[in-house]
Amino acid sequence: VTLAIFLQHFLNALQWGSFYALIALGYTMVYGVLLLINFAHGDIFMVGAYAGFFVATFLLGQSAFHLPFTVPSWAILVLTIMGSMALTAGLGVGIERVAYRPLRERGANRLYVVITALMVGILLEYLNLWQLGGAARGFPQLIHKQIYTVGGVSFTNVKIIVIGLAILVMIGLELIVRHTKVGLAMRAISYDKVAVPLMGVPMNRIIMATFALGSSLAALAGIMYGTAYEVIRFDMGILVGWKAFICAVVGGIGEIRGAMVGGFILAFIEIFVVAAGQIPGLEWLSSTYRDLVAFSILLVFLTFRPTGIFGVARRQKV
Amino acid sequence: MRRYSLPLIIIALFVLTIGASWLGILDSYIQLVLLYVGINIILTVSLNLVNGYMGEFSVGHAGFMAVGAYVSGILTVWLFAEDKVFGAPVLPIGWSFLLLPIILIIGSIAAALVGLLVAIPSFSTRGDYLAIITLAVNLIVKSAIENIEFIGGPRGFVGMKRVMNAMGDVLDAPWLLIWTFVGMIATLFIIRNFVSSTLGKGVVAIREDEIAAEIMGVNTRRTKVTVFMLSCGLAGLAGGLFAHWPGGYINPLMFTFLRSTEVMVMVYLGGMGSISGSIISAILFTLLLEVLRPLGVLKWVLIPLLLVVMMLRRPQGIMGSRELTDVFPRLRALLQPEKEVEGYAPASD
Repeated sequence: VTLAIFLQHFLNALQWGSFYALIALGYTMVYGVLLLINFAHGDIFMVGAYAGFFVATFLLGQSAFHLPFTVPSWAILVLTIMGSMALTAGLGVGIERVAYRPLRERGANRLYVVITALMVGILLEYLNLWQLGGAARGFPQLIHKQIYTVGGVSFTNVKIIVIGLAILVMIGLELIVRHTKVGLAMRAISYDKVAVPLMGVPMNRIIMATFALGSSLAALAGIMYGTAYEVIRFDMGILVGWKAFICAVVGGIGEIRGAMVGGFILAFIEIFVVAAGQIPGLEWLSSTYRDLVAFSILLVFLTFRPTGIFGVARRQKV
Repeated sequence: MRRYSLPLIIIALFVLTIGASWLGILDSYIQLVLLYVGINIILTVSLNLVNGYMGEFSVGHAGFMAVGAYVSGILTVWLFAEDKVFGAPVLPIGWSFLLLPIILIIGSIAAALVGLLVAIPSFSTRGDYLAIITLAVNLIVKSAIENIEFIGGPRGFVGMKRVMNAMGDVLDAPWLLIWTFVGMIATLFIIRNFVSSTLGKGVVAIREDEIAAEIMGVNTRRTKVTVFMLSCGLAGLAGGLFAHWPGGYINPLMFTFLRSTEVMVMVYLGGMGSISGSIISAILFTLLLEVLRPLGVLKWVLIPLLLVVMMLRRPQGIMGSRELTDVFPRLRALLQPEKEVEGYAPASD
């Protein structure tokens, strides 16, 4: 029985970690290229979920506009994911273009860009709250949920799809970053920000590609979140966003593999802190301790290894 | 006569605000806004020390504020109020006039000690490391308070109001406003003198070039830790004052990352490394929050929009790294007549 319970939590942690990892990837890629903590990224995740919600309800004929034909359900799923990723990528690139790039081109202190990012995040949250209201919305169920039980471990097909899709996407991203010209340019910029633009690498285009990739991954995470938990709210991105940022740091910020590993580590800590509360003798460890324990562990970890798991300390040259 | 002009201005301000509150010319709402202004000035100027003068990036000021608020709030209730958890008052209420500032200072020291705990690991590497640690600390402090049941957990902590009311019964005066004013002036005095001291010059040197500063004999690590502790301590002072506000309660939701964001906004709005800029922006931003209050949710759409636009038009904030005395030289002659107190050459952005 204990093994079954363990596996149950293990699956939950994998799913939860998929969200963190996908969001953390956006943080880490932007940081790698721009040295910018893009605090708006958690809210980009929220926007992605909402974009998915609107695309899906439109295709399902649940919104004000009706399509003259019905779309098959597999096509709705694919179109929702593609549409939401495209819309959110457009938003991410748009924010970069309107709010961050002018500051960068002026040569403003990069902390001002961080403040702008914070403001953009708050703006997105409250625009949503103002226009769509604070009530949680039910996310349309695009995948017919089925529950399987294997050896005392019960899981839904959604969980398997979420985990599988997340892993596939991460492999795809790794391939993009390792084997395409854009990926090469991204890695080069994160290695040296002075020399690489001089070598003819179009900085602005690479930065746009980074934002587009990061935002579409966040949108994917948003749709997965909506499908798995069935509700979305205007403030769903806040805490998840900060936690994903901490994941990116634990993995070694700027490192793509680090973001994935960091996401899963935080999810495992969180799920198993809650799970440990069910063990006799540890009842005091209620689920409200989850954040406290998780952050404290991460803080202690960072004290001993400030560069994160995969991060390499760079010597400062005089 | 001129050498007394600054004290005279301070006394005039004191009489104007406290006196008018005391006589009831200012109603309780305006007094509350004044209290917020004072607290926000303390918060902004103290964060400016780390983010502006030192060029580090601390994002969790509300966490240290929470430590100060809870420590001094608990002390006040334990010492002077009848409470379910802490029992009968330990001391008669008459003592509170004497002990309230000491309680505030103890709250500050507690916040500074938490700051030390954060500073020791944070400053071994440079970069955005401090941002991550302070973000985590902000979340940890909030989460920790939510999990401590005897101080109310997520419901919050009450009881400070009874003490403040009892103080008012003994001698009717706007006590909190008085102490906020004193705390604000003390903060400004400490920070102004600090940044023009030798240690303070080292702080600016660290911002401009850390390695060069180290070579020139600045103990960068110790300087950073000291400055960070000072900043956190002052945030604790602001928290302690805030704990005694007329609402009479504090809860963890008051010290979220959004509160930290507000303080950061005030720092960057005023200009990094400008005390007068911080004061101006703290006043303006507090008033803006109050003016836009009737708009409800729309307020938090307009304010970020305004700030994003402002960042695009004037990224260095209201004052940049200049002081009012740099902009108006005659003001300098009025305020600093006897000797030329040159801070540092304003860095061009």
